[in-house]
Amino acid sequence: MNSLSKKDKALLLFVAVMALLAPFLLNPFPTDSAMAQFNAGYPDLMQRFAIFGILAIGFNILFGLTGYLSFGHAAFLGVGSYSAVWMLKLLSMNIIPALILSVIIAGLFSLLIGFISLRRSGIYFSILTLAFAQMSFSLAYSVLTPITNGETGLQLNLNDPRILDATNTTGNLPVTGLFGLEMRNTFTLDLGAWAFQFNVGYYVCAAFLLLAFYLSIRIFRSPFGLMLRAIKTNQTRLNYTGLNSRPYTLAAFVISGMYAGLAGGLMASMDPLAGAERMQWTASGEIVLMTILGGTGTLLGPVLGAGFIKYFENIFSKINETVLHSWFSFMPDGLNDAFVWVLHFFVGKGWHLTLGLLFMLIVTFLPGGLMEGWERIRDKIRGGKGGGKNPPAEATKTPAE
Amino acid sequence: MGILEVQNVNKSFGGLKALQNVNLSIEEGTIHAIIGPNGAGKSTLLNCFVGKLIPDTGTVMFDGHSLLGRKPHEINQIGVSRVFQTPEIFADLTVLENVLIPCFAKRDGAFTLNALTRVSGETDVQEKAEQMLIDVSMQDKKDMIASSLSRGDKRRLEMAMCLSQDPKLLLLDEPTAGMARADTNNTIELLAEIQDRRHITMAVIEHDMHVVFSLAQKISVLAQGTVIVEDLPENIKGHPKVQEAYLGVAAS
Amino acid sequence: MDALLLQILNGLDKGSAYALIALGLTLIFGTLGVVNFAHGALFMIGAFCAVTFSKILNISKITLDPEKTNFLGKPLEIKTPYVIEWFGESTGAALIDWAVPLSILFAIPVMLLVGYVMERGLIKHFYKRPHADQILVTFGLAIVVGELVKTSFGANPIPTPAPELFRGSFDFGVLIGMEANAVIYPFWRLVYFGFSAVVISSIFAFLQFTTFGMVVRAGMADRETVGLLGIDIDKRFTFMFGVAAAVAGLAGVMYTPINSPNYNMGMDFLVLSFVVVVVGGMGSLPGAVLAGFMLGILESFASMNEVKSFFEMLYLPSIDQIVIYLVAIIVLLVRPRGLMGREGVMED
Repeated sequence: MNSLSKKDKALLLFVAVMALLAPFLLNPFPTDSAMAQFNAGYPDLMQRFAIFGILAIGFNILFGLTGYLSFGHAAFLGVGSYSAVWMLKLLSMNIIPALILSVIIAGLFSLLIGFISLRRSGIYFSILTLAFAQMSFSLAYSVLTPITNGETGLQLNLNDPRILDATNTTGNLPVTGLFGLEMRNTFTLDLGAWAFQFNVGYYVCAAFLLLAFYLSIRIFRSPFGLMLRAIKTNQTRLNYTGLNSRPYTLAAFVISGMYAGLAGGLMASMDPLAGAERMQWTASGEIVLMTILGGTGTLLGPVLGAGFIKYFENIFSKINETVLHSWFSFMPDGLNDAFVWVLHFFVGKGWHLTLGLLFMLIVTFLPGGLMEGWERIRDKIRGGKGGGKNPPAEATKTPAE
Repeated sequence: MGILEVQNVNKSFGGLKALQNVNLSIEEGTIHAIIGPNGAGKSTLLNCFVGKLIPDTGTVMFDGHSLLGRKPHEINQIGVSRVFQTPEIFADLTVLENVLIPCFAKRDGAFTLNALTRVSGETDVQEKAEQMLIDVSMQDKKDMIASSLSRGDKRRLEMAMCLSQDPKLLLLDEPTAGMARADTNNTIELLAEIQDRRHITMAVIEHDMHVVFSLAQKISVLAQGTVIVEDLPENIKGHPKVQEAYLGVAAS
Repeated sequence: MDALLLQILNGLDKGSAYALIALGLTLIFGTLGVVNFAHGALFMIGAFCAVTFSKILNISKITLDPEKTNFLGKPLEIKTPYVIEWFGESTGAALIDWAVPLSILFAIPVMLLVGYVMERGLIKHFYKRPHADQILVTFGLAIVVGELVKTSFGANPIPTPAPELFRGSFDFGVLIGMEANAVIYPFWRLVYFGFSAVVISSIFAFLQFTTFGMVVRAGMADRETVGLLGIDIDKRFTFMFGVAAAVAGLAGVMYTPINSPNYNMGMDFLVLSFVVVVVGGMGSLPGAVLAGFMLGILESFASMNEVKSFFEMLYLPSIDQIVIYLVAIIVLLVRPRGLMGREGVMED
């Protein structure tokens, strides 16, 4: 395997090990302990980590490399979900055809939108993609109800043809699977006070995450990736080098649209339904946030950002005033109430407020995201040991690992 | 017949005649300077060369192709490379990557989706790029980020990027503008050396006389939108018309 | 003919709202060079100024009725708003009835202040940052403002009626010599249109005829030169941000009787207003106004039954939901700079 450098291989291996051991690593607290609410090692959440990781990796190929800020990426996620559910309804409960169709349809859809939106750059591009996404949302929500089932969302039905599957006689809705392996199957390993859950669906998602990550490394290190970075830093020079930047940006746009389609397809494969709200602009905004939070233009950043946001979304949504009161019970009553009163705005239903604030803080103070923060800390430690004042250029500026 | 032929070019903005009947012929393999006082129409003429402005009448022919109204990438594909007043480089990338990009670019500008090969695995392209850096003596700076280079080095890098495409014509727009004396001399040396070795045709638009007379083999003097003199450098020096254009008749 | 007229009228109120928001967006973009994704939030804050103001007017003194009891058998509470107690029955009730128009007086200082704080506190630090950062930070701000409003006012729309005088509809057709009942039009929508026409023309007059406006226009064209003349352009631009915020806020105040405000309304309008700005031409104030009205009217045409059935005839879904986007895409393909865009504004 000469396709990756040593450093990249190590990085890929790191991600692979993390993904493999996630059910352990994300489950550090015993099941009965008070801290168990901070565990993240259950199938549903781990699947979301992997799926949104794929989404953010794909978005990063567009935004991180070319600097084109798409505000409509959720549209491709939604299209992927719809395609997958249709495949599950018509063809088979096997997720492979569903995923193939979602990637293809999302690719075609992004080709169309990209072809038009990429005629402009900068803000115009952002607004065009936003308009397209809102249009897709309206289409899915009302206009195209026969295809999308409008407000209710597209769901499986007992009467669906599923021409490749054996006739369903159980009277229950069939479940998604991979050549007979059911996605919902979970093996629970009880070790002392801990219960670790190994879910088929999660490992399928994780496998796709690794594939997505591997491809993204390849793209980052390729001449194509170099061209994309050139587009971000100086289009004038690139044009005077004889290159028309549009095919490159369009290719990046379609690739990242296909990533989003895959994520949408996986989402539907884990839980076979698709709704229009998946395409709303808030969802697009969340994708952007994941990427910049982790570190735009870095390889690992988007995955971290996606995990970070999904984890805290999950934890914060669970916390309510009672929980807060129990946390601050050591305080005198008045102080306790004051703390709870302030904090309750940010937890539970207030998660979006936290998200918005986080967004602003990150953009303002840490535009490079978590990866930049990590590097700053690392540089400080190295600087303290008397390291050179000018770190080698490669360490700071080439897409960091 | 020169490699770049400008014939009867007129351009006016509203009532202002920026260019009047400009005729210019640049011989292949020479350094041809276009000089003139401020407002003489140098930038307008340059913009006509690169397709940004379309003259009201007249033609700009390069090597049998009209340059009028073409997009930057098309002009480059015909064989014209451009050096800007402030160096246009890929500031966020390393010096080596800067040169790699033109080395990867196909001469016809064709789009290639080589997304799965490794930049560092393409040894012949790498070698070519490193050779280019050696040619402009920047090989020891290849891992630096381009934005951290000095002005003179940025210019060298930009030259290396242009030269790696083997252009037939190099357009230089005030290549030493805003440079310290040392950097200016440095750049003059570099240009002279390139001319010596590669015989690339260069069109230099410049108002620094030191640069012009150290380099140019032929000079066109532009004043008030027309070419008043086109001659060898030694004949330009002390030419009454040129003195008049620069010092102005109003002085008398 | 009358159906056509009705659709034009129906488009006017939405068009007015688009035009007002787009005008503010363009003003901010032209003066400060900032793309403000929180502009819809300003519209929403304006609407909630009206809600707050009418709540303030309705603050009541509670007295217990000694004779009547409610269904629980407790003494019936009588709420008397303080304004009625202070100003007497008729004046007080009129004040409450006119809460929405009156809240303009309340909203202007509030919006100017909000604009000032927003510009000095946040936007100022983003002038030199890339547009993407500006979009992102204002987008975050829009979420925060929306969520704050949600926690304070709840997620449901809050009905805020127009004054009694303007409720209901009137026969517009008769006014222009058509037969009776041909064109029935709600009063308040006409008020809204008239109001926005006044606001838009005063902005234009302000920019055109005052020295302050002239300096601002000069600054929009060439900031550096105006700065070199020794004029503190930043202060004026900050003020213009406040004005843009106030315009958006007033658009929101007056819109409350048409659509009950909720915390989400800003974003719905924002996306469309951006489309309006792009169609009108980034940086062109007349373009923003023109495109605002045009798209508003177009949207109302697309929702006509005749148009819908025409599309059904062609086996196409009705397009009223997406017509604005379609038009925007076509305009941008045919005229990339928008209808009245200038060369060199946001070209890259």
